[in-house]
Amino acid sequence: MFQYIVSRALWLVPTLLAMALVTFLVMHATPGSPLDPIAEGANPLSPEAQKALAAYYGLDKPLWQQFAIFIGKAVHGDFGYSFVYKTRTVAEILRETFPVSLFLGSMALVLAVVGGLTLGILAAVHQNRGWDYVSVSLATVGVAVPNFVLAVFLIILFSFILPLFRTGGWDSPSDWVLPTVTLALAPMGIIARFTRASMLEVIRADYTLTARAKGLSEMPVIFKHALKNALIPVVTLLGPLFAAVGTGSFFVESIFRVPGMGRFFVLSMTGRDYPMIMAVVLTYGVFLAIMNLVVDLTYGFLDPRIRY
Amino acid sequence: MAFSTPESGTEAVAGPRALADPDGMRAPSPVALGSGVAVRSSSLWSDAYRRLIRNRLAMAGGVIIVLLCLIAIFADVLAPLPYTKTNFGRLNELPSRTYPLGTDALGRDLLSRMIYGARVSMLVGLGAQLIIVAIGVPIGALSGYVGGRVDVFLTRVIDVMYAFPRLLFVILIMSMLGAGLMNIFIAIGLTGWVGIARQTRAQVMTIKEKEFVDAARGLGVRSFRLLRRHILPNALTPLVVAVTFGIPEAIFTEAALSFIGVGINPPTPSWGQMVGEGQQFIRSYWHLCVFPAIAIAVTMLSFTFFGDGVRDALDPKMK
Repeated sequence: MFQYIVSRALWLVPTLLAMALVTFLVMHATPGSPLDPIAEGANPLSPEAQKALAAYYGLDKPLWQQFAIFIGKAVHGDFGYSFVYKTRTVAEILRETFPVSLFLGSMALVLAVVGGLTLGILAAVHQNRGWDYVSVSLATVGVAVPNFVLAVFLIILFSFILPLFRTGGWDSPSDWVLPTVTLALAPMGIIARFTRASMLEVIRADYTLTARAKGLSEMPVIFKHALKNALIPVVTLLGPLFAAVGTGSFFVESIFRVPGMGRFFVLSMTGRDYPMIMAVVLTYGVFLAIMNLVVDLTYGFLDPRIRY
Repeated sequence: MAFSTPESGTEAVAGPRALADPDGMRAPSPVALGSGVAVRSSSLWSDAYRRLIRNRLAMAGGVIIVLLCLIAIFADVLAPLPYTKTNFGRLNELPSRTYPLGTDALGRDLLSRMIYGARVSMLVGLGAQLIIVAIGVPIGALSGYVGGRVDVFLTRVIDVMYAFPRLLFVILIMSMLGAGLMNIFIAIGLTGWVGIARQTRAQVMTIKEKEFVDAARGLGVRSFRLLRRHILPNALTPLVVAVTFGIPEAIFTEAALSFIGVGINPPTPSWGQMVGEGQQFIRSYWHLCVFPAIAIAVTMLSFTFFGDGVRDALDPKMK
């Protein structure tokens, strides 16, 4: 077990390095440089000024050196100054935006897990009856329809037809509702589908029959005997779900004008904000990799049959 | 789906089925029932076809897909106006008799732009799958068939690619290459082959241990031919399923890229881009983003229903 954790944790290092390298190469292969004028058609800076700026940002060094310097600093959480927001460091911007994204993501994930489990259990218990259809349709729509499309429908429904929420912003808790729901629908659908399938299997298992045979009523059978076992495969889903929520937040944040990291990422993309892009990609990467590790360990914890 | 959903292999086990198949188990094939009818021999494909035809939801999806393809092919004939035709006297108009779906910020006919948008979606959906199959299947087959060090190396590459959030990677590549249809193919192709390569590898590894492969080898069939004629055809069903689910994923990716402005180049209409631009004015001009949003939703759902149907039809065991 301990050995497994250590080896998994060690594998994080090359994975993250590869991620950083790929991102780094992609960025530098990009035509266009951060030294180009921002306004379209503006006169380029004089060659001397460009040289000075390049030296200032360390862009004149060979690529491998730039990469090494970058890694060395990144380990300490220093990603340098943003190229677009020149007076602010990337770390500053991330400190401000990451918590917002994390908060939105966590709310969405909690909603997805609670909603998904509920829908999945309801569907399995009422197989082929009303609740099952509701839950399966909701799950299918959540999984199949992209979240920025869902966002449009939700805004139309809950901002225009029923004026319950504002169309965007991040000022009061009521602004949290629509982005959270939009972000949660896809993972909720996935969880509901898996829970349903896994519950159906477990409900037919012999030990559930035994529980019923010894006279337990429906509730304890479902929650104490069936659900516990049905949850095991569902836990593996959490890893990919973190990724779904993470990348999903780009769209949700920009539609609902949430001041989070995802929105900044999209902006930094077009502005060729190298340090910003690297920092965001790596933050996501580290976050996802750690979450995957945690999920794998939880899995082993929940299911004693699994040995590492 | 664009979010890194679990590997389609596992996903397949748990797909929704109640909608299409209320009993939770499909009636056995009519041939197998053979109520007095002489038993005809039936191949895997004709059996699957029969099962697919009986799945109403899948067929509905299929019909819409065919319609969308027709719209994409005959866009030039169907569209009332060219998609670039502007009318600066009638900007952002709501649906009316002259403009059934209204006009956009440049006075262009929204209906015509939607029709041409279908062309982009279908092209990306099908084209990107071709590229993904062309890259993923050979790599997966090589990895699974040769084994040893090649396999270790390729699996490592695949694992690292898998750890990287896919959409993030696609966005990165697009920002490097710049917007454009060709670049979308490249970006989706470069990142999308991983899933299908994994599946091909797994399939090839199981199949190459089977007796008939030994038999063929014993008869002197050489490696490449063995792989192409004996192993790959037997690995086909899960690959077909993967491709059916890959198409909507590619369509989603294009829509998402165009939505944030790194997808299709502007004068060419794309549904995702229309939603992206329209949603900024949703309060005043709802029609600008609602119609393309509906188009995306309907397309994605059709492919999902059809894909579920194909999966259930090809592999009843998976249900």
